[in-house]
Amino acid sequence: MVKMEDIGARILAGDHQVQYGQNQRTKIKALVVDDNMINQALHRTLLRNLGIENHVVGNGREAVDVHCSGRRFDLILMDLDMPVMNGIEATKKLRAMGIQSTIAGVSSRSVDENIQEFWEAGLDDYQQKPLNFPKLVSILQKVNHSV
Amino acid sequence: MAYLVQLQKQFDDYRASLFNEGFLDDQFEQLQQLQDESNPDFVVEVVSLFFQDSERLLNELATSLDQQNTDYRKVDAHVHQLKGSSSSIGAQRVQRVCIAFRNFCEEQNTEGCLKCLQQVKHEYTLVKNKLETLFKLERQLLAARGSSFV
Repeated sequence: MVKMEDIGARILAGDHQVQYGQNQRTKIKALVVDDNMINQALHRTLLRNLGIENHVVGNGREAVDVHCSGRRFDLILMDLDMPVMNGIEATKKLRAMGIQSTIAGVSSRSVDENIQEFWEAGLDDYQQKPLNFPKLVSILQKVNHSV
Repeated sequence: MAYLVQLQKQFDDYRASLFNEGFLDDQFEQLQQLQDESNPDFVVEVVSLFFQDSERLLNELATSLDQQNTDYRKVDAHVHQLKGSSSSIGAQRVQRVCIAFRNFCEEQNTEGCLKCLQQVKHEYTLVKNKLETLFKLERQLLAARGSSFV
């Protein structure tokens, strides 16, 4: 069983060949929830470079809908400020639906600003934007991927 | 051979100046680390997205601030987007103006907002020119390397 911490250490040491999906029967699946095109491209590429299969949606409503259609993810990267339905509402709804995936809030707000409400909606982790490899590795250590 | 060395130095120096002068921050380095053989144009692609998106937002901002009754929530939403994008590619100076811009939105200060719009346009134009120059220097370097017999 490959330990996330070991992978994390290798990535931080510059080993970008590490893939999260290689030694496991199924790849880790992630959902990117963000309304900003540049962030979508960035988060998608960060995940892809780690061998993580990913799907992208543009707001909280779409994130809920994709789960209603039956799809499941190991990790959800949830933006906060989005049109139609924001990250707090979406997180609450997903938890109410019984979704137990790791949900990491990713927002431009610092940890000092009021993100209490976001945490209370049901987050497992929070990282301030912009997202990069070290922050994503930190989030991935919280993911409990059961094959 | 000497030409290659000169081009490399020109590129390295120019790139360093962008960081030293605060146009770019560490996030730009993070983008470069995401570029590899399977994704060789990532930086140029994501920066191009940033240019497209920013130009759209700047137009929206000019329109919104030109209205009789400015909808500050709308203005703030656009600035928030621009702040997010500029932060994600490491365009530090643009991001900083956006922070000030949002404060003026909160105060519903039209004059402050208009000043920030001018400032953000200015910073955006500067960083756009700088990045385009950087990419051009990089292309010259790659072309020279490709035709090098060394």
